[in-house]
Order: sequence, then structure tokens, then C-alpha cells
Amino acid sequence: MMKVLVSVKRSVDYNVRIQVKPDGSGVVTEGVKHSMNPFDEIAMEEAVRLKEKGNVTEIIAVTVGGAKNEETLRSALAFGADRAVHVKEEGEIQPLNAAKALAAVFRKEGAQLFIAGKQAIDDDASQTGQMIASLLDLPQATFASKVEIDGNKAIVTREIDAGLETLEIDLPAVITADLRLNEPRYLKLPDIMKAKKKPVDVQSFASLDVTPGAGLKITKTAAPPKRSKGIVVKTVDELVAALKAKGLV
Amino acid sequence: MSKTLVIAEHADGKLSAAISKTVAAASQIGGEVHVAVFAVDGAAVAAQAAQIAGVTKVLTVNNAANNHALAATLAPQVVELAKGYSHVLFPGTTFGKDLAPRVAAKLDVQQISDIMHVHSATSFDRPIYAGNAICTVEAPASQLVIGTVRLASFQAAAGGNSAPVEAASVTASLPTHTRFVSLAAQKSERPELQSANRVVSGGRALASSENFKIIYDLADKLKAGVGASRAAVDSGYVPNDMQVGQTGKIIAPELYIAIGISGAIQHLAGIKDARTIVAINKDSEAPIFEVADFGIVGDLFTLVPELTGKV
Repeated sequence: MMKVLVSVKRSVDYNVRIQVKPDGSGVVTEGVKHSMNPFDEIAMEEAVRLKEKGNVTEIIAVTVGGAKNEETLRSALAFGADRAVHVKEEGEIQPLNAAKALAAVFRKEGAQLFIAGKQAIDDDASQTGQMIASLLDLPQATFASKVEIDGNKAIVTREIDAGLETLEIDLPAVITADLRLNEPRYLKLPDIMKAKKKPVDVQSFASLDVTPGAGLKITKTAAPPKRSKGIVVKTVDELVAALKAKGLV
Repeated sequence: MSKTLVIAEHADGKLSAAISKTVAAASQIGGEVHVAVFAVDGAAVAAQAAQIAGVTKVLTVNNAANNHALAATLAPQVVELAKGYSHVLFPGTTFGKDLAPRVAAKLDVQQISDIMHVHSATSFDRPIYAGNAICTVEAPASQLVIGTVRLASFQAAAGGNSAPVEAASVTASLPTHTRFVSLAAQKSERPELQSANRVVSGGRALASSENFKIIYDLADKLKAGVGASRAAVDSGYVPNDMQVGQTGKIIAPELYIAIGISGAIQHLAGIKDARTIVAINKDSEAPIFEVADFGIVGDLFTLVPELTGKV
């Protein structure tokens, strides 16, 4: 019996061109396409593959966020999660508060493996997985590009700046998924239909006994300075002359 | 008065170039800047850290368990050492990104990832949405501040300092549940991507690993580091540690030459701070030309060798 928990986050779709609100209060998210954070899709796919290999018996998808996040949980269920937990909390949720809730669900479920995306493409914080491991005093293998389960251990290859590092970690443990861990499957209509009938357990910070901390205040959001468009040259000679003029070659 | 602890990254007795940049950010906070070296024997690394301008003290924490930089082993030691500091900063490398949140959660503070500008001891800028928006965050004044530093946003602090080095001891029970197995490192004589002054990158249009030779040739002529787009890495032309972009390495060289790279948003997020960008691409509509200072439209297989011959 090996239960795996996978966290999924609803975020602005990666194809959307981000617009900063003119009053500096944030980015425009109303009326903008949202989807499951791409790294969470990779985490889901890995859980499904581990189940197909017989390493995992049950997959539980979990999200922390407002009512709209149910659509993300339904996608996770269509991917192959057996059931889902929705920690329903409206408003902005900072990584440590999300991690506290996710750690509480992990403890409650008695799971052996937590797979999360290595970062969400909205706040780009890359913190939650490590924080869950820390709160639960469990091993962590972040930025994973290969995962093998071997009894009560996992052998994980990680993409680090120096190359590929391999760690052996005891289970239970937390793994965060990097880009090259796998290529997520396309969801099929029958699976999407089936997902509608799968159970979603609704929880809250209060029901999980989580007290969210105050944390950081975002005081302003601005557009980055724009790079101005340069010039197109016709020949390599012109390019070399231009670079020489700037002392670059 | 601020007192900042910078956590050193090192390997094989060599301090990472990322630490001079992390110290530069720490110096902008003001007050004292200490660098902590966790190692089996940190003397050699500490001597290098002591030379960085702005460092007021270097602490070595020697322990046989520190022979590999494992977050689970280092975090309890950093937590102990952090007592008495107002800030703990990590380099924004995979080392720092792995370790910092583990420390922050233990100390029950929210972490500030990718600090790109220091406004004050409690106010910082950081990028979100792949750098398509910049937000200013305010940390509670009464709390320890934990952050990672976006390396591309800071100039390395100068050398020539000689800060005192002290041995520190921490009492922490270290877990044995995480074990290092191996590291497959790409050994290269070329400048390291994240600290190189010049970088030449290739994209999907190179079409094979063999064809990447023209990228290496140009790079060697320019004494440049070599990078790649995600598409080139995903296609298996080059190893993953060469990837430049939102999910790869964020770089800020003086000169960046993008060859056969269309310029997807996630790639541009990694090169926004490059001083001068040159694009070579056969598609004149490629988004890379929107950000390039100099562009040239044409076949890279003729243009690149010609450029190599003329620089």
C-alpha cells in the first residue's frame, strides 16, 4: 500500500501574455485563461507512471486555493488521481501557508510520497516542496529528472547547476518535478468525464489546524523595463564592426 | 542594525562565483556581513570568502557530514547558526533554491525568492511570471528575513579584503535519511555560464549535437561560455546544465549571441539582463529580434563560421 500525494496549483496559462495593472496592484488575472501549473502536470504524470509500474496504489491530488481551483483538481483526477482534497481558502496564499496545509494533509492521509512541481509559473517562488519536507522532517529531492522506487527507498536524479546529481532517500519523502522528468499525457474525453464523478474532500486551514502566518506584503507590482528593439544588419562584416565599436569583440 | 549571514556554496575546495554576488546584495542591506562555510574542513574555502569586499567575518562549521551539500543535512545547522542574525541570504542557484526554503520553514518565516533589488533592510524587488512583472515585497520588520539572491541582478563584489575567519560550532542532530550517490558533472574548460562575460547559445535550428560544433568554435574564439535553448536541450543536442531561461540558468553577460533561437518567453526571461544581445536567425519574424540589439537574418550554417573567422 503506497499512497502518493500530488499538489496541483491553478495558475495563469503559460501562453498568456502577462499584463501588469496600471495602478500597480498586481497582474491582470480576471478573464485570463488559467490551467494547471505545468510543473504540477509533470508531477501528476510521474505519479500515474509510478502507479502503472505498480509502485503506487493510490494517488491523491490536493490543492490549496479558492473555489475556482476545483477545475484544476478535476484535471488532476482526469490525469489519473483516484481522489482529491481541496483546501478551500480564498485570496493570495503564500508558500509557507500552502506548505503547512499540504503537510497537514500528508500527515492525515499517512502517505509515503509527496510529488510537487518544482515551482509554479505565477509567483516563481520554488519553495513549497522544500517547505513541506522541512515541516515534516522528511528527505527532499528537488528538481528531479528521474525517479525510481526501490522498496522503502527512492533513487532520484536531480538537475543541478553542476550537472546531474543522484540521491538515495528513505521513504516517506518529498520529490519536486523538473521539466525533463517526463512528458505529461494529453487528457482523453472519457477520463475527463470519469473525473467528474470522483470524490473531492473539502478541507480548510481551520479543519486542518493550520494557522496561517502574516508573511510578506506585496506593496507594488510593475512591468519590467523594456529592452528597445535594435537594428538588423545585412552582413557579418557590419555585425563585427558594430560589436567592435562597442568594444565587445 | 542589520547583521546578514550569507551561506557559502562551494565544491572541491573552491568557493562558487555566486557568493561574491550574494555578498554584494548583502552589503546593500548594510551592517555586518558574515559568510558561513559548511564543509568537512572549510579552511581553504573560508580563505577565499575572506577576500570578498564587504565581508566582515567568515565562519567555518566543520563536520564530516558536510562532505556533500545536502539540504536536509545543512538546514538544521543553518537554523542553529542563524540565531542572532537579521538576514540569511543564499545564492539563487540550485544549491540555494534547494536549501533556503527548508531553513525558512523551520524558522517559520516566508522566504523572498530571487531578490533582484534591495530597497531597504525589509523591502526588496523580485520577479514573478518569468520576469514579466516585478513586485516589491515588504518583510515584517520584527522577523528574520530569508532570501535567495538573483545573481544576474548584482555585480560581483571586489576582492582584496582580509576578513577574520573563525571556527563556529553548532549543535544540531543531522538526519541520515538522505544519501549522496553520484554527480555526473560536465567538465568544461570554457568559462562557467553564469559568470561568463560572453555567452554563445544555440537553439533547435542547430538540428543535431554534431552541428553544435560551430557554436563551440565561435565560443572558443570569443572565450565565451556556451548555452542553449530549452528546445535544444529537450532534443538532446546538449546536456541540461546548459539551458538558459526561466527554468534553466538566468544570466547577465556583457555579450549574448543567440543562434537559431526563436526567443520563447521562457528563454527571454533568462537573458533580460544581458548588456548586448545579438541574434542570428533565418526567420526575420522571430521574437528574439524584438529584444536583440543587433540582428542578422540568414542561414546560421554560413553566417556563424564566417563570424568565427572575423572576430
